Parts: sequence; C-alpha cells; structure tokens
Amino acid sequence: MIPYQMPSLGADMESGFLREWKVKPGDTVKRGDIIAEVETQKGIIDIEVFDDGIIGELLIKVDDKVPVGTLMTHILTKDEAAAGIKPEKLTVQQAATAVSPPPVQRHIKASPLARKIAEEKGIDLASVKGTGPDGAITREDVERTTQKTVPAERSVSENVRMAVAAAMSKSNREIPHYYLDTTVDMTKSLTWMAEANKKLPLQERLLPVVLILKAAALACREVPDLNAWWENGPVKKDHVNIGFVVSLRSGGLMVPSINDADQKSLAQLMVALNDVIPRARAMKLKSSELVQTTLTVTSLGEGAVESVYGVIYPPQVAILGFGGIHEAPWAENGMLDVRKVMTITLAADHRATDGQTGNRFLLAINKNLQQPEKL
Amino acid sequence: MTRLTYREALKQGLREALQSSDKVFLLGEDVGRYGGSFAVSKGLLQEFGPDRIMDVPLSESGFTGAGIGAALGGMRPIVEIMTVNFSLLAMDQIVNNAATLLHMSGGQLNVPLVIRMSCGIGRQLAAQHSHSWEPLFAHIPGLKVVSAGTHEDARKMIMAALLDPNPVILFEYTAMMNLEADMEDPLPAVDLSKAKLRKSGKDLSLITYGSGVYKCLHAAGELAKEGMEVEVLDLRSLRPIDTEAIVASVRKTHRALMVDDAWQSVSISSEVSARIMENCFYELDAPVQRLNGLEVPMPYPKHLEDAAIVQPSQIVNKVRQMLG
Amino acid sequence: MTAQEQTMKADASLKMKLLRQMLLIRRFEEKSAEMYTKEKIRGFLHLYIGEEAVATGVTAALSPDDNVLATYREHGQALARGVDPGAIMAEMYGKQEGCSLGRGGSMHLFDAKTKFYGGNAIVAGHLPMAVGMALADKKMKRNQVTCCFFGDGAAAEGEFHEAMNLAALWQVPVLFVCENNLYAMGTALKYSHAVTDLEKKAPGYGIASATVDGMDVLAVLDAAHKAVDTIRTTGKPYFLVCQTYRFRAHSMFDAELYRDKNEVDEWKERDPVTRLEEQLTAEVALSADDVLKMKKEVEQEVDRSVDFAEKGTWEPVDQISRYVYK
Repeated sequence: MIPYQMPSLGADMESGFLREWKVKPGDTVKRGDIIAEVETQKGIIDIEVFDDGIIGELLIKVDDKVPVGTLMTHILTKDEAAAGIKPEKLTVQQAATAVSPPPVQRHIKASPLARKIAEEKGIDLASVKGTGPDGAITREDVERTTQKTVPAERSVSENVRMAVAAAMSKSNREIPHYYLDTTVDMTKSLTWMAEANKKLPLQERLLPVVLILKAAALACREVPDLNAWWENGPVKKDHVNIGFVVSLRSGGLMVPSINDADQKSLAQLMVALNDVIPRARAMKLKSSELVQTTLTVTSLGEGAVESVYGVIYPPQVAILGFGGIHEAPWAENGMLDVRKVMTITLAADHRATDGQTGNRFLLAINKNLQQPEKL
Repeated sequence: MTRLTYREALKQGLREALQSSDKVFLLGEDVGRYGGSFAVSKGLLQEFGPDRIMDVPLSESGFTGAGIGAALGGMRPIVEIMTVNFSLLAMDQIVNNAATLLHMSGGQLNVPLVIRMSCGIGRQLAAQHSHSWEPLFAHIPGLKVVSAGTHEDARKMIMAALLDPNPVILFEYTAMMNLEADMEDPLPAVDLSKAKLRKSGKDLSLITYGSGVYKCLHAAGELAKEGMEVEVLDLRSLRPIDTEAIVASVRKTHRALMVDDAWQSVSISSEVSARIMENCFYELDAPVQRLNGLEVPMPYPKHLEDAAIVQPSQIVNKVRQMLG
Repeated sequence: MTAQEQTMKADASLKMKLLRQMLLIRRFEEKSAEMYTKEKIRGFLHLYIGEEAVATGVTAALSPDDNVLATYREHGQALARGVDPGAIMAEMYGKQEGCSLGRGGSMHLFDAKTKFYGGNAIVAGHLPMAVGMALADKKMKRNQVTCCFFGDGAAAEGEFHEAMNLAALWQVPVLFVCENNLYAMGTALKYSHAVTDLEKKAPGYGIASATVDGMDVLAVLDAAHKAVDTIRTTGKPYFLVCQTYRFRAHSMFDAELYRDKNEVDEWKERDPVTRLEEQLTAEVALSADDVLKMKKEVEQEVDRSVDFAEKGTWEPVDQISRYVYK
C-alpha cells in the first residue's frame, strides 16, 4: 500500500483544492496516469500517480482544500485491493498533522465570521483594520475592504497573477541577480531553417524558437553550473528541463517544462511546444511539467523589443531572455553589413555562479546558433 | 384584544385545564381556601370544589409524589409547588421518580404530570425566597421544562403541558403577577417545544426566557431609538432547548447576548452559549456575551437586590458596547 | 366429604400453594446469588432469603386489580405477584426480554400487566407515589387497594411521615407494609428509631396498625386479609408491620460486621419455608415425596428462567434514548 498525498507542486504551494477525481476506488492506474485535478494559486493542475496499482478509498472530497502532504488515497497492490484493505485512520491523521501549516495570522484579532469571509474572498486579515471590541476585525471591516479593493471572487487568472507576484517577490527578495547580454547573428540559423522547412510539410515546419531552445539546452550540457537549483547551496541537475514562458491572454504566466530538451530533436521540440502551449493557456498542465524545470527561457518572439532581462524563478539559478529578431548594422572583419540579429540576456544567481560562468554559457549558445546543422 | 394581568392569564389557563377533563385536579399548598399564595387560583375552589382544588399540608415531597402516583393511576394532576424555593424538598420525587419511571420501566409507565412553580426575584424576599432554579431542572433528562415569560404563555402553557404525556415543570414569575398586557382573544395553542421570536431584528440576538423576556423587549425598544435593531428570542422551553431557533437567529444577526436572572455558572446561558459555539461558531462576529444574576445569595435591601439581577439599562449598555 | 374435611382440604391446597411460592422465591434467590458470582448479574443485588413469608402472605391477600409497589429488595414481591420468573431473571441479566426491557436491573422490576410498580430504590421515595395511586383509585371510584412494601429504614424517612399523614388526611385505600428486618442496611433498628415498636407510629396519624410474625406465612396471610378487608370496607389506610429477618447480607458486597453470627443462626431456626414444610408434613397433608417433587418442579422453573435469560438479547445501543420521553 503506497500512500498518495497532496503533491507539492511548488515551493510556495501550501495547499490545494481538489476539483475533480479522475479515478474511482478500484481503478487500475499506471505510473504517470492523471488521477485528479487540483486547483492551486497557479490554476488547475492535473496530478499524476507515480506508481502502478489500484486506487484505494478516496480520502478527500471534491472541493476540499487540504495542505500539501495530506493523504488523498492509496495505491494498492492487487492482493491488497482484493483483501479490501482500508487505510488506517491513524495514517490519515499523521499525514494531516505532519504537514499542517502553522495557523496563520493567529495574532490577529478577528471574529470567526470575519475570518470565514476573509478566507472565502482571499483577503489578508493583516491588511484589515479592526473596529470591533478590543479592535477586533468584524464582518463589516472585512466587507469594507472587499468593496474597496478586491472583487467578490478571485478568478483563476487572478490567482495566477498572485502566484507570479509571490514567486517574483521571493526571487527579488532572496536572489542576488547578475546580468550579462550578447547580441548574436542569426543569419546562419535562419537560412538553415528556411532550407530545412522547404522539405517539411506545413504543419511540421520549424520556428526560430525551437532552435533557440535547443541551443540553450545544449549549452546547459556544456556549462552545467547554470542548469541547477539553489537548495541551501547549488545543486546541479542531471536532466535539462527547459521552462518555457507562456504568457496568458488574460494576463499572467505559465511556465511549462520541456523535459530533457537536450535529448530532443528540433522536430520533437516543435511537437512538444505545439502540445504544451495550448494546454498552458488552458491551465491544463501536469504536475511534472511544472515542478521539474531546471532553467527558464523567455522568448519575446518576432516584432518585439530587443532585449528582456528576466527575474529568476526559484529555486532555479538562471533565466535566459531572447529578444525579438531584427535587422541591425553588423560589423564583421572590418566590414559593415545588415544582418538579422537577436539579443540574448542572462540573469543568473550570484550565489550559485559568477559572471565568468555566465559568459561561457552565452558564448556556448552563440556557438550553437552558428552551427544550426548540429542542432 | 383583551387586557389581562399575568395572574389572570395564569388563572384562565388553569381554568381551561380544569374544564378540559374531570381527571384534571390541582393540588398544592394554599391553592384552595387561601386562593393561592399569589391569588392565581382564587375562586377556583368555589368553581370546581374541593376534590378538584386540593389544599395540601406542607409536605412537598409527599404531595409531589402523590401527584406522580395519581398520574400513574390515570389522573391528570397539576401540582403547584408554591415557589421554586421549596422545590428542593420535592427534588427526590421529581428527579428520581417523575423523570426516571418511563425509562426505568422500559417504557411501561409514563408520568403525565404538570408541576407549576413560581419563581421570584424582585420583592425583597432575601436569600431563601428569591431563587432562579430553572437550570437545576433543565439538567434532568426525562423532564420537560418550560418558562412562561409572557402573558400569552401564562395563559396557554398549562393546557399544552397537560396534553404532554411527560412530566412538565412550568415556571411562572411572581414579579410579573400584576403586569398587564393586551392579548388576542382567543389565543392560539402554543407549541411547548419551540422558542419564539418576540421581536425581529438584524443587529444582535438577545436570547432569554422567563423574567428576561419583558426586560429584553424593553431594552430592544430603547435601542431601536438609537437605530439598533435587536432581536429578542424567548427560549420558552428550557428542556429541550430549541437549538434550531437559536442558530437561525445567530445566523441572521451574528451577535448574541444571553440575558437571565439565574446565577451565571452552569446556567441556561452557559448551555446556550455552548450550543452557539458548537453549531454556528463561524457565524459569530463578536464574542458571545451573557448578563446574569450576580453569584451571591440574594440580599434583602432593595438597592442590593436591584444590583444582583439584570436591569434593562444593563442590557442596553451591553448591546451598545457589543455593536461598537 | 364433611364440611370440615372440605375446609381442611381447601386449607391444605392453599398452604401447598404458599409453600411452593416461598420455595420458588428461595430457590430463585439462591440462583440469583450464583449468577451474580458468575458475573451474569451485576450492579446491586439484594436478596430476600429469610423474608419470603412476608411477600408471599401479603400478596396472597390481594386481588389482581390491586397495585403493588416495593423496594429494591423486591424479587420476592415480583414473583409472588406473578411476574414471570424468566422475565425477572432476564431483567437482572440486562436483557431486553426482561420485565423492564433490561433497563432497570435487580432494583427496578416493573410489570404493568400484574400492576407491579417497582422496584423503587430510593428508600421511602415510593411511599408518596403509593398514596397518589390510592388517591387516583379513590377519585375514579375503583375499589382497589394499593399495597406498598418498605423496610424499617424507610420509616425513619420524612417521606414515610408525609405519606402516612397524606393517606390519613385524604382517607385513601393504601396498605403500608413495613418489613421490619431489624437493619437499615447495617444500622440496627435501635440505632435508627427512638420508638422501635414501629406500629406505634401509625396511631399518631390516625391510621389503624398491627404487628405480625413475619416468619410465619399463615400469620402474615391472616393479618394481611384483615388489613385488606379493613381498607376495602373503610377506604382508609392501614399500617402492617411484619417482623422478619434477612438471612443473607444486605447486598452481595457486605461483610456483615454489624451483626452477630449467632443472631443470624437464631433467626434461621425460624426459617419460614421449613416451618410451613414441617407443618404440612406434620398434618399429613404432604409426604416427603410430595415435598421432593415440589422442590424439583421449582428447581426446573428457576432453571428455565436462567435459560430464558441466557437466550435473551441485548437492546441495540442506538435505542438508548428510547423512553426518555414518551
């Protein structure tokens, strides 16, 4: 019997709302199967199982909000399922108590009703001024705040906004960023791509972004220090999982991960992007596509401004920014020419690496883009 | 509409009960020739005769037990214990016999008995004659305990209690005997198990019973002049307590103040407060508050007696404070 | 057959009945003690052994319409009143087939069918109720007697005095039967009462009274007949004191520090069951075989009551609140 708990989908995730069970007790599941939808600050996320087996009793009800680590069900063996094994209550309690976050805002004096309303509307009681007995926050106080600042129900996109806000604030607070940039000549890459696309059916044609992704992924192999997490110290990662920033039409960002991007061909990367971008926009991503990212790439695409300086998404240690490809005067070998160029920026965590590492990393990307046939 | 004193309302209720069946009889100290300690049964002896209006010796346990026996024997006795202060002498009969027989006999023997007691504070009767012991009786499973805090209930509760197959303790209030009020005529029957909203409001629930009802209504009137809409819930039944009505009121107002003259510790107000916590904690916008009698044996001088029980002005002040 | 012979025969038949009744109580109580030690019966168990003549004699003088109220030492009265032995044993087992659905136990036997109103375990608490039942009978003009058993301990309670006064004041048909077994639990009569001739308490209330040898069932029967006849004729209460003795301890958990073994042995010499048995044998109305046969029947009846109790069922816990209110 393997316990299945509310997964932690990010360092800043404390709890999640179970929105849908995709399985019922007795269903046979394989590793990787989606078993539920969980709404977090980041939107609705499909969560998957990590073991083969049979689903046990479902211990969490739809629309329950539970802390990370709360036991949700068990993955049973055939024999256990046949024996009708039920999880012991103790396990549930242990799981629940072990991970219960400390009660928040305990010091704030607020009526039970005020607390309930604040929680429903996502209002931080710390921001509310109490006018009740002993300065306690009452329903009226919370409702006054609601009318002023917060719409009645926070939408998913607003939740996403809040999540981005939280992650970026944390990053800015904790990570000492350093920045490097370089402008690269894209002529070779674009020429090679145009040739390649001639041989491909329309729906399989490549976009510059996949070349950029692959160039970055390969650079991670050459300079592994930047393909890492900061977890009380730098921890280099074995896989190269590139997080690709997708901006949502309603505002906010999702960063699905293209796992093992260094191992994928350009065609495979194209397929992966075509799959993941629409799902990201629909906020239908798997947990593994959100939490394993080792380096983030933000690409503004065509017609955009020249350069973008990113804010690192913790616990990663670097973010690459690709500006818009544009024509610019280009000096080479004493000659002036007009070329298609692109500015690449690197924002990196100075705790984990120094400028020299960043320098080598950008040079490696440039080198890769100058050898498109090797991508 | 008829204008009646509380005493007259009680008497009409008694008369109605006595007229309803030949099996009904009243027994108690001084209920007949004296006319009732508070003149509630005055004239009933002449009207119904000595077999129906029985004077009894000062033997509270004896005649209460006899009432239980007569109920077992098929009669419908109404036992009057002159005042609640003497009820402890009959406590063994009430608690060990009336309340237990049905259960102890495996459902074979029920005790259809009504016990009336007058509760009295406010007439300078000092420590032994000023008790508010509703909570003592409300503690006992097997009893039903009701409190006539209004003229309407004074008039109609006796008949409703008589129709109940269980022992019913009915509390009446000495201090209200001369109080006049207008009443509908005829009055509809009352449901013994339900609390009653005496005044509707949205800002705060005053939860009370007995002598607290008119005090709360008075306070609510004062508060209305200041724009505070206070609700007055009369519990009426102290066992069982109508939790549903309490919860409904608190859900509406989100603030509750209990008012009663009994000592606060282990009282009806303690019980109501606990039920609010258990059933609608998250509806509360302020801590539940209580106004009770001071926990002292009742002093004799008027000013100390007044200080020992809840006054309408205290209710007004407390509500102002709670509503900020 | 002459008239005298007929009377003697009827007399013998009645005596046989009384003997059998006392034997049943005796055997039933012995069995109860046994079942208590086997933990089949729990709580308090107060045995009636030694006092059988009182319940047997008084009850035999009552009619089925009369009411009977008794104390917590009431197995004898219940059996004599005709409550089914199986239902009594099942009650003591706590089974729902018991006469009080198993809710009362040894101290709270109730049986509305036989007008047996407990099983009242607060000493003297049932005396006012008895007066009230008699009052109801009077008001409803039913010519019935309410018979109320209690002990010498109860006669010291206020409720005894209130009940006596009320009964006399209201002139209601109640028979107060005081089973004076000389001890209020462990306190001897002389330490409880200034006046130990308990029947003398009645005249002060204007109630007729008598004392009888409670170890002699025929004497008890006679006295009870006289009392009941008086009540039925006058409608007034009557106070009958039966001088008796319990052979066993107050309850199962009692070291009997308060009385002398010799005293117990002396009283056992006056065993009411042996006494009647010997009397019947001497009168040649009964052979040794007859006695043996009777004892065997009684034994079987008691065994059947145990079987019935054993086969009984437990009331489901979810019914626990049933009968708090009707």
